[in-house]
Amino acid sequence: MSLRDPNFDAQLKRRHLISKCFETLCFLSTGIGIVVLSVLLAAVLWKAWGYLDWQFITSHDSIYPEKAGVLAGIWGTFWLLIFTGLFAIPISIGAALYLEEFAKDSWMKKIIQVNISNLAGVPSIVYGILGLTVFVRFFDLVSRDTPDRFINLGLVEIKIPVPFGNTILSASMTMALLVLPIIIIACQEALRAIPPSLRHASLALGATKWQTIRHQVLPAALPGMMTGVILAMSRAIGETAPLIVVGASAFLLQTPGGIDSPVELLTNPQGLASVPSSNYSCLPFQIYNFAKDPREEFKSVAAAAIVVLLVILLIMNGIAVLIRHRFGKNLRW
Amino acid sequence: MSTTSLKKRTTFRGLWESFIVWALYACATISILTTLTIVLVLLNEAVFGFGDDKIAFFQEKSFWKFISGTEWDPQYGDFFGVLPLVTGTLITAGIAALVGLPVGVTSAVYMSEYASPKTRSFIKPSLEILAGIPTVVYGYFALAFLTPYIIKPVLGDWMGFQVGTFNALSGGIVVGVMIIPMVSSLSEDVLRSVPRSLREGAYALGATKFDVSVKVIIPAALSGIIASFLLAISRAIGETMAVTLAAGNRPVMALNFPTSLGDLDKIIQPLDQVQTMTAYIASTSGSDVDPFSVEYQSIYAVALSLFAVTLFMNILSQIILSKFREAYQ
Repeated sequence: MSLRDPNFDAQLKRRHLISKCFETLCFLSTGIGIVVLSVLLAAVLWKAWGYLDWQFITSHDSIYPEKAGVLAGIWGTFWLLIFTGLFAIPISIGAALYLEEFAKDSWMKKIIQVNISNLAGVPSIVYGILGLTVFVRFFDLVSRDTPDRFINLGLVEIKIPVPFGNTILSASMTMALLVLPIIIIACQEALRAIPPSLRHASLALGATKWQTIRHQVLPAALPGMMTGVILAMSRAIGETAPLIVVGASAFLLQTPGGIDSPVELLTNPQGLASVPSSNYSCLPFQIYNFAKDPREEFKSVAAAAIVVLLVILLIMNGIAVLIRHRFGKNLRW
Repeated sequence: MSTTSLKKRTTFRGLWESFIVWALYACATISILTTLTIVLVLLNEAVFGFGDDKIAFFQEKSFWKFISGTEWDPQYGDFFGVLPLVTGTLITAGIAALVGLPVGVTSAVYMSEYASPKTRSFIKPSLEILAGIPTVVYGYFALAFLTPYIIKPVLGDWMGFQVGTFNALSGGIVVGVMIIPMVSSLSEDVLRSVPRSLREGAYALGATKFDVSVKVIIPAALSGIIASFLLAISRAIGETMAVTLAAGNRPVMALNFPTSLGDLDKIIQPLDQVQTMTAYIASTSGSDVDPFSVEYQSIYAVALSLFAVTLFMNILSQIILSKFREAYQ
């Protein structure tokens, strides 16, 4: 008498068939993301064809699609990036250092930690509301009566206008709050990757806590931190929703501070001083406005602006990958 | 003669050290300050004004009418029923979930159970790129490609539905694509943290790969997967640009209660224009609204609802995730 189930072979075959089908299904669905990505990029490039040229990058917005350009958007995005980084990077590195190196396992640390992960999940438009209320309206009320300040540089006198209202400064402070949790989490991960033995060795040699952090931990964690920072900033560049709320200008024929070439960064101190208080546009916001325009030609203009934005993002991400590779190789714990 | 004392002395270095600690502590508390300010700002305009002559939204308009009203027209009428915005949000987030969650989970299963390291090293960066594309680009893609070149020809010309230039379907689909990388990377982490012994035990009993993945690993990781779903849906609810551009800006009830079995097709209208909560905030605050009007305050009431819902889902998913980690570590 055979103990073997007569249906066993058929069953086994069927089960293997199911397994194979499931694997194919999983593979195909993994492919969906990549297919959509390629279709999206191809479609944007196809639409942008013919509109993307040097003139597009170097001219201002226009009501005529063939004359419209993204000069103001590029400079606006550039300044937003600079000022957002200026606010967000030191604060988030400080917060990450405190949480990883100094904080004891207390309820306070727990609260801050939970709070940061919750902030990372708050919709970006809510940050826009925060910026609108606090930075744009509240600080504007406070600073409205303050006279402009003048700084005498010997040859020229620079006027520094009060920088609240719909300005680059208030927008970048809003953006800084938005990217803060993301950068903090990335920096914490970079710090956690540093082995405790490094700290112990330094402390054992008599270095103080801050000396250990400043001269051992920070340099070792820097590549990881920079990667995280760049990735977070590239997310900030693409963010549009909060900027709509805090009042980016839809149609602007002027770059911030009137600076529209890299040379002017050095030759135009008056313009430089008024950058934080300038009105601004930025690339994603221009894309939004081009795309909203009912005329079909402006869809192509939007596509061209998207290509410019994606190229900037690509460069930033490339730098992040490069840093990860360049420094990741030398450090082996 | 010099003596070494163990007594603590005040030195410049010691002061500098404690100054540093306090400065870093201040940096860390800014995150808490941000949360408090968000809550305070939303409450101040929506629930009760903190100033003397400040009247908040819900002190002027009834809260009950806000959450049960089916008409939303703050600009011209005096209609402050948030349900049209809620259904608009639900329908786009629902479509996004239908698209994004199954695809995300199956690709997570593929990457954790099937893919070779080489395939993974190709797929992972592609998904990261997908996650890094700005949301406004997705909105553009939905508006300028998905609707005119795919949805209109297929559903409109071929199957005979009425398809608008702005429709909830196209917005929902791109938001779904947007959450794929999030679901897949979170779920993959969860699937990977299921102990190897479970897999090996199942294989030893003669299970196929399908049996192991679907009958052992996924049930073991279920709570973590649900947590990733919650996070993804909360992201879909809070998403602004794609739905503002593609799904339109007209607050109509996209979900209706069926009056008879005959008009089942009228219950859900994904091919029609809708307005989500986020889209309302974006379009209204972007225009010139008088900051002392009720319309302006209604932004805050909507934002408060949005904030509360997403916060609830995020916290819930964090609790589930930490429970899951406790179980396996």
